[in-house]
Amino acid sequence: MSSFPLFPDDGPTRPFFETQPDVSRRNSPTGSALASVVPASKLVARFVPEMASSGVNEIDDLTGGLPRGCLTEICGTASSGRTSLLLAVLAAATRRQEACALVDVSDAFDPQSAATAGVRFEKLLWIRCGAQEAKEDLSARLKSSRLYASSRDKKMFPETPVEQALRVTDLLLQSSGFGLVVIDLGDVPLKTARRIPLTSWFRFQRAVEKTPTVLFVVTPAPCAQTCATLVIKQSAFSSQLSAESLDITKQPAHSQLLDGLHIESELLRSRLERKPARSATAAFASKAVRTG
Amino acid sequence: MPYACIFVPDFPVEALLRTEPELRSQALAVLEGKTPLQKVCGVNNVARRVGITPGMSKVQVEACSGYILRARSELQEVAAHAALLDCAQSVSPRVEDLGPDMVVLDLAGLRTLFGSPEQIARRLENLAANLGLQANVAVAGNPDTAMIAARGFTGTTVVADGEEAQSLGALPIEVLFEGREIPDAETVMETFHRWGIRYLHDFAALHGVALSERMGQQGVYWQKLARGETSRTLVPVEPPLKFEESVELDYPLVLLEPMAFLLSHMLEQLCARLEARALATQELRLELQLEDGAHQEIPWEEIGTGYRPAKARQPFQRILRLPVPLLDAKTFLKLLQLDLKAHPPGAPIQKIRLAAEPACPRATQNGLFLPPSPEPEKLELTLARIAGIVGEDKVGSLELLDTHRPEGFRMQRFVPGEGRGFSRISTDEIKKSSVSPCLRGESENLVTALRIFRPPKKVTVTIRDGRPVHLAGPKEMQGEILWAAGPWRSSGDWWEQEGWSRDEWDIAVQCESGIALYRLVRDLLGGRWILEGTYD
Repeated sequence: MSSFPLFPDDGPTRPFFETQPDVSRRNSPTGSALASVVPASKLVARFVPEMASSGVNEIDDLTGGLPRGCLTEICGTASSGRTSLLLAVLAAATRRQEACALVDVSDAFDPQSAATAGVRFEKLLWIRCGAQEAKEDLSARLKSSRLYASSRDKKMFPETPVEQALRVTDLLLQSSGFGLVVIDLGDVPLKTARRIPLTSWFRFQRAVEKTPTVLFVVTPAPCAQTCATLVIKQSAFSSQLSAESLDITKQPAHSQLLDGLHIESELLRSRLERKPARSATAAFASKAVRTG
Repeated sequence: MPYACIFVPDFPVEALLRTEPELRSQALAVLEGKTPLQKVCGVNNVARRVGITPGMSKVQVEACSGYILRARSELQEVAAHAALLDCAQSVSPRVEDLGPDMVVLDLAGLRTLFGSPEQIARRLENLAANLGLQANVAVAGNPDTAMIAARGFTGTTVVADGEEAQSLGALPIEVLFEGREIPDAETVMETFHRWGIRYLHDFAALHGVALSERMGQQGVYWQKLARGETSRTLVPVEPPLKFEESVELDYPLVLLEPMAFLLSHMLEQLCARLEARALATQELRLELQLEDGAHQEIPWEEIGTGYRPAKARQPFQRILRLPVPLLDAKTFLKLLQLDLKAHPPGAPIQKIRLAAEPACPRATQNGLFLPPSPEPEKLELTLARIAGIVGEDKVGSLELLDTHRPEGFRMQRFVPGEGRGFSRISTDEIKKSSVSPCLRGESENLVTALRIFRPPKKVTVTIRDGRPVHLAGPKEMQGEILWAAGPWRSSGDWWEQEGWSRDEWDIAVQCESGIALYRLVRDLLGGRWILEGTYD
């Protein structure tokens, strides 16, 4: 669980703890005695959450893992390897026998890919948001006699998938007990994703605080702003799409096979450590399902 | 060998008060019979003080003030009797059923388990109160004495061995014949009154031989009862494990919210009964009898949908299946409310029947270091609420089907504790939940995931030399195809009506944000091109 170290210590927690001793006191008569005492105001104590493995060694090296009780945001455009990383995170969490929940805003989850990635479905709660259901719901409400339903049931306007996802996430976080809660906003237009109020992200962050839940959000671009403890930007390329390879593609299409993606992850933000002097990245590769 | 008797006075009234306990403080009279000849068959103490007595006609009752009339409900009396048996069974397995309002149980060997006879009597009284019944409990050395004491004394009574005649002596002689089918009871009572016998001690003091000469063996038996000297063998019954509660409404309910109050009382009673038998439930069945041929005004919005009210309605049924046995009335109520909200009955409700399928309670013993898992009660409520938002078929865990057909999966109930048991998780796996340099996740299984478009995007594809070269579709999904791999042909279910056959291509398209990889599919049966998803 999280802890806040209060006294300087050369122990293993040292990297998370930095002090700024007051040098001026050393010259005073009692300065030598007090030199080792650090005023509380000068302590730079950093929140040290428990970390969970992401399932990708390179990401774990880059970030130290996924912080529990915090919001982690993965952003990137289409075909940037976000979903591959998401499946790896889900597979790692379900392997640990943790109950996981996936709030799938665009209903884009592919069970075959997930099965190949090693996700254990019995531990995964899949919630498929979608406006289509809301329409069906509306017609069902119309079909049933409105005389015998409460006035609150008479809502005529269906919710958008994003609104559904926010309400569902609230319920999931309130019920507690999940090791990982994922909100997949990957296919939501950037304009819509950025329209999610900051208060929602704050609420989610407060709800997971002091719980062992990892809140993992997939977005097209950073949206949670200061609420995110960790923000990773994904980008990917395929070696088969280099200029030389494209020349070779004069070969028949049936002799080609998508072998995977080379994914690069960049740490955009981390509240666990000081801002790195230069961009911190990690690179890894994913294999296509067809290549086995 | 002690015996206890539980007797519920004014049983028809108590049966009604179980589901409407708020009426206990008001004058309540229960009527039976057909409309012009309705008579009072039961009253509570408040109604007695007002002047209403059993046997009065409805017209006579209407002369009094501040009363509430209810029709006698056989269904509720059956449920109350079952509750009475559950109450007795929770203490002793040897229970004799002596009618809807009375049971006798054998207390032999229960002293070490439940304490003295006084403690057992108080326990039985409290149990009955928890089940919504105000009962008299008497403990005596033989069943008949316990029965007479339970009928005669209110609250709990313990008749000491050898003091039966003295204890029962103060009771009126009528107690002896209550609940017994005696053909000439009125004649006998007249005789007793003529003899000046008012109380049991008067009757017990009569000379046995003289009584035998005048009233025969029957009179001797009655005198033995009055003296508490009878002895008989208990005839135990094994009540079926059937947990049902029913309510017949005087006026049909037209809103779901008021029904929640009734459901709440019914669920509390069901849970109390299950708890008394050390059971829980995994399945709740709700049956609503709707008003037949009810005239319903069709709101103008519904005219277009072609909806018309049915003339004759079948009972409306909802079955609530739970993943684990639970025993929490509040959770059940919320689940039923959410279910009814999603599936409203659609007509006024006349009768409510609620049944619980008994199951052994779950024995959980989770370890301190096991991974987190939602509590079953909370999880069920959360899932029901989520189903109310996104739809029932869109929440759960998925199961892959043994097919190559696209979308070859089905949704099923999410039960995180299912499958591999928690107790069998190795310590190494648990340790992997924390990251350290030596214990990290395994990344060799990292696969290029596909994001599915549901529904798939219809596109137009230009083919040159047998390969796709240009894609025209939605705004961000169009342009020259830089690279293509395929086709990978697959087909199946051709022996059925839902046969499928398709060619799959993996393509790279230059778009605004960079190169995007898509899975392009040609439906060979329909001849159309679709984008099934994007590699991400």
